[in-house]
Amino acid sequence: MRWYEHLLNLDRRVLYALIFIAVLIPSLLPIGLPINISPEVENVFGRIDALEAGEIVLFPLEYDPSTAAELEPMAMAMLRHAFQKDLRVLACCLSPTGVTLVEDEIARVAAEYDREYGVDYVYLGYQPYPAIVIMTMGENFRTPFPLDYYGTALDDLPMMHGVRNYDDVALVFTVNATSGIDFWIIYGQGRYKFPLGLGSAAVMATNYYQYVQSGQLFGIISGLRGAAEYEILIDTEDPVAGRGMDVQSIAHALIVLFIVMGNITYFVDRRRRQQQEA
Amino acid sequence: MKRELPRMITLVTGVFLALQYYVPHRSSAHMYETLMDWLIVVGIFAILLGIAGLVRQHLTKIQSRRENWPYSVALLTGLFGMVILGFWGQGLGSPFVTAYFTLLNPVQATMFAMLAFYIASAAYRAFRARTLLATILLLSAVLVMLGRVPLGELVWPPFSLGSLEIPGIAQISDWLINVPNLAAKRAIYVGLGLGGSATALKVVLGIEAPHLRG
Amino acid sequence: MPEAVLTTIAAFLTLCVLSFLYRENPFYRFAEHLAVGVSAGYWVVILYNQSFTAKVIVPLQEGNPLPILPCLLGLLLFTRFFSNISWISRIPMAYILGVGSGAAIPLMLQTFVLQQMHATMRPVGFGTETFINLLIMLGVICGIAYFFFSTRHTGAFGVATKVGIWTLMIGFGATFGFTVMGRVSLLLGRVNFLIEWVRMLFGGTAA
Repeated sequence: MRWYEHLLNLDRRVLYALIFIAVLIPSLLPIGLPINISPEVENVFGRIDALEAGEIVLFPLEYDPSTAAELEPMAMAMLRHAFQKDLRVLACCLSPTGVTLVEDEIARVAAEYDREYGVDYVYLGYQPYPAIVIMTMGENFRTPFPLDYYGTALDDLPMMHGVRNYDDVALVFTVNATSGIDFWIIYGQGRYKFPLGLGSAAVMATNYYQYVQSGQLFGIISGLRGAAEYEILIDTEDPVAGRGMDVQSIAHALIVLFIVMGNITYFVDRRRRQQQEA
Repeated sequence: MKRELPRMITLVTGVFLALQYYVPHRSSAHMYETLMDWLIVVGIFAILLGIAGLVRQHLTKIQSRRENWPYSVALLTGLFGMVILGFWGQGLGSPFVTAYFTLLNPVQATMFAMLAFYIASAAYRAFRARTLLATILLLSAVLVMLGRVPLGELVWPPFSLGSLEIPGIAQISDWLINVPNLAAKRAIYVGLGLGGSATALKVVLGIEAPHLRG
Repeated sequence: MPEAVLTTIAAFLTLCVLSFLYRENPFYRFAEHLAVGVSAGYWVVILYNQSFTAKVIVPLQEGNPLPILPCLLGLLLFTRFFSNISWISRIPMAYILGVGSGAAIPLMLQTFVLQQMHATMRPVGFGTETFINLLIMLGVICGIAYFFFSTRHTGAFGVATKVGIWTLMIGFGATFGFTVMGRVSLLLGRVNFLIEWVRMLFGGTAA
């Protein structure tokens, strides 16, 4: 068997092992490659940084364990920034299997900054049919969420006094890995015209840059890279996403190598077949 | 009656919701809020219907001892186990939440983590620059992949060739995302918007009635 | 239950799923079925505690009987299981579809079409910003032209559709690049968890 035939018929499990090693080694032995801040992340940071203490931000954190590895660092960075700025946080999770995950994250970050529930932050929890929830929140948060996640009436929470709908929040920033992004753009920002930002999983992020250009989104942060940049901007003590960028570098380089090697072997084999036929 | 009544309901509710957008009157907004609120409650039952269907399917499988029926036992044990644990509350630290983080979290996360292996395998075995279009796609993918990581920025930073400023791979990647990718996705989403609105209109007018099948 | 035991169970399930990479096996199937059951059970509890309690039970306790109406509508869905009266389940389905479709019509057109077209129609030229606007405008028009199959893609129209498909391919390539990034992030999360578990086994703190 010729060398390219060996490579063409390479067992997929060898490829799996290589990608696993490419992720494992930089995780154990970080390189510390420098991360440059992109204008898009700086734009989002600046928008939130410009808010005044006491203003309310709505964070719909819509992801579940399947995408938490990518979006949890982003959500935690956004929450930390909000609490650093003494903003009041209103959060919800319209992804059914992420509700407990998001509750845990908010509680952890709020504890870091010694924030009091009901005064500094409120967690609304989950209701089904995100499109309907988004539309009805535009009239009154109490319509889809008469009670918060813990069963307390919204009117009994000091933070919610005088807070009726999107008009009473400074901006909405959704950290999202679901089709809920489209719902927020169509049924939320499209109908009620509030400032909407997006922290998106990388796999769907490329679909939404058009909305930043059209002004329907005030900004976008994509994937683990965006989270890493945001962590630098807020000067976080524990840059989870930042540590992941070394792994991303090596893994991406390996996949590019796979593409190149795969094509080289393919073209060499194709040329040999054409010569044989001739 | 069996077909006309549902069609009538879809027509009345659909037309009202479509027109309500243009009617800012208080009574219209109140009606809109009520209809939406009711939909959330109906939605709860719709989800429970799906779960009831799942339970029925796997119970039948166990009763008739069909192939792989023991896995259905695991499924139903997990389902009813979580429901029973839920009776003790869903606060942080409760058995319900512990089961969530111990059983659901790792499996769901790992299922999606496996996609990294598949994408690596596909990159080697399937990603071939057979045609011009495939080559354009590959080149774009490689430039964006390397432009989005610190290693790529380190290997190919912006530099000057005399008076000419050559952009780095990060700037090239950003341009690809913010210009041709933007145009492409906008073209797709415009088509989506037109198609989606047309389909929604067909459903409201009863031309398409997916709920009447079966 | 000690943290170490819980972490080990989570690690065991993680390895069960990863074993599928070698080949399909009973451990993977077990983990898959368990996760489906647990997520369905979790959703039932969340729906009851979050949605049903807030929207039905509490209002009824406060003397408001209105939630009974949507509850009755929702219960009609379960007639699907009885073939002689299954047609009744079409009524709540019709309500769901009517409300969802009606709300979508004006908003989808506005957000996906009109506002996007408005953003495309910007000053064009050969300056820094105007040239980018020109490229975006040409890309959008040619991309939309590609999906128009009622005319043959020949002549001048064929040139436009060719530019369109090239633009689309660049977009798909960019998406693939981002997808790789996203998937590697997810694997990184699991690898980090397994590293913490191994450290815990050798005397460190639980993950």
